[in-house]
Amino acid sequence: MTTVLTAGLGLKAQYYRAALACPADGLWFEVHPENYMVAGGPRLAWLEAIRAVHPISLHGVALSIAADAEPDAVHLARLRKLVRRIEPALVSEHLAWSTWRGSYHPDLLPFPRTREALIRIADNVSRTQETLQRRIAVENPSHYLRIESHALGEIDFLTELARRTGCGLLLDVNNAYLSACNLGYSAEAYIDAFPGEAIMEIHLAGHTPDPALGDKLLIDTHDVPVAPAVWELYTRLIARIGARPTLIERDGKLPDFAALYAEREHAATLMRAPLYHQAA
Amino acid sequence: MRTKSTSRAMPGALCLFQDAFDCALLAPDAAPDAEVTALIAQPAFAVYRNTGRNACIDALWANYPTVVRLVGEQWFRAAASAYVSESLPADPSLMRYGAGFAGFLAGFEPAADLPYLPHVARLDRFWTEAHIARNDCVLDPARIANLAPDTLAPVVLRLHASARWAWFPNMPVYSIWSRNRSSAPVDDDLDWKAEGALIVRPRATVEWTAIDAAACAFLEACARGRTIQEAANAALEVRHDADLVPLISSLLGAGAFSRLLHHSGYSARRP
Repeated sequence: MTTVLTAGLGLKAQYYRAALACPADGLWFEVHPENYMVAGGPRLAWLEAIRAVHPISLHGVALSIAADAEPDAVHLARLRKLVRRIEPALVSEHLAWSTWRGSYHPDLLPFPRTREALIRIADNVSRTQETLQRRIAVENPSHYLRIESHALGEIDFLTELARRTGCGLLLDVNNAYLSACNLGYSAEAYIDAFPGEAIMEIHLAGHTPDPALGDKLLIDTHDVPVAPAVWELYTRLIARIGARPTLIERDGKLPDFAALYAEREHAATLMRAPLYHQAA
Repeated sequence: MRTKSTSRAMPGALCLFQDAFDCALLAPDAAPDAEVTALIAQPAFAVYRNTGRNACIDALWANYPTVVRLVGEQWFRAAASAYVSESLPADPSLMRYGAGFAGFLAGFEPAADLPYLPHVARLDRFWTEAHIARNDCVLDPARIANLAPDTLAPVVLRLHASARWAWFPNMPVYSIWSRNRSSAPVDDDLDWKAEGALIVRPRATVEWTAIDAAACAFLEACARGRTIQEAANAALEVRHDADLVPLISSLLGAGAFSRLLHHSGYSARRP
């Protein structure tokens, strides 16, 4: 098995058989670890079978690192157990919160980027990395709300978080695009300013206009193909930083594996392009 | 390197923000503080209110498919939404969400005409528990068959880690559940009688079988670490004409047991 990750795919139960049979070089699969935090049974058996053929990335949605609280000890222990069992190529989480005072909101919630938040989140990321004994990547979130009390820009915040904790970053180009549209700033400027050396992984996904507000509010739905504008930003990004492991994320209205794989092939082709340019 | 933890007597701004945001997500009319009030006023705040609630409802939908099939989409989503308002997930692994859903349905006024519904939900929950239970071995029936009758009585049968069972004394819950768990067509000729259900994952997938009151009593006794002799007596107490050989044989065939222990004064642990 190669350890060089090229373009990967989100793994859903419907794709298990196709994923197992797919021989592509550099192909990897990403799952939400929360779906595999079980004692035994067919889910783990499938994940282990696919892990024997392809590298796996664990992309957490529930560690709640931006909550003003330490990560839940039971959840973190389960994550550590899964990391040891699967030995993933990548582990990542979101710059967001979801668990608060014992209740879990299945969402990625926003917060004001202040110095206080930076200290708390850096502490949570460090605890996570110490527990897992590995570096994690932290993902830029989607934004829908104007929060007046931000003291730091998102790029400054993520850069400082990476500097303080040694964590990597996961740049979700779709999140960057739709946040820029929703809040009215330049997506290109955001992509150009994002600290390239810290990027361990890139995400590409589809978005849809809000049913009520239309194009004024783009929603990170992951239920349609990657938009042309997002492909353009991705091309721009890898022309600057070079190829990085890139995931096609799809969570809703799942197409057949071949259609998703075609998007993956497009990303894999683009990843090779900047290297040719450099050689020329 | 870990940054120094903040220890403080007063909650900080992040904590106050999250208290207010959390409150605003749950209570549509809440206006907890000026900053979050300004966020609620933005149309996009609805994205957060809807996303979390819908994800909870979708999780219940995935975890209670037989209830969905019995009541239909609209009814289920209304019931699930009411449950979410009462009981947010405590565990981010959403396959475990809804442990209290059967109990909720038992007290849910619109479900009063569907007395079997909470029991059906309970069997859906058993299915999930069996699905994610730890892997366990299955006792080979030959191990029992090879024992001399006089050595059999003090043996303890350890239950399979995934085994779940229930007896429903007033209604055919197993028939209702098993016919609706799959997409098979459901016919109307339902014999309205007491039934029991055993749900277990002896191999790769979850399996289920109907069991009678004597078999339920036998399993209960085994779960308490009783010997085969004691479990047999428990079965005969609820049904004096119970035929023990086929009873034990069918439970073995279903994969309900993992190990055979020779009783030496200790109790088998409940899985």
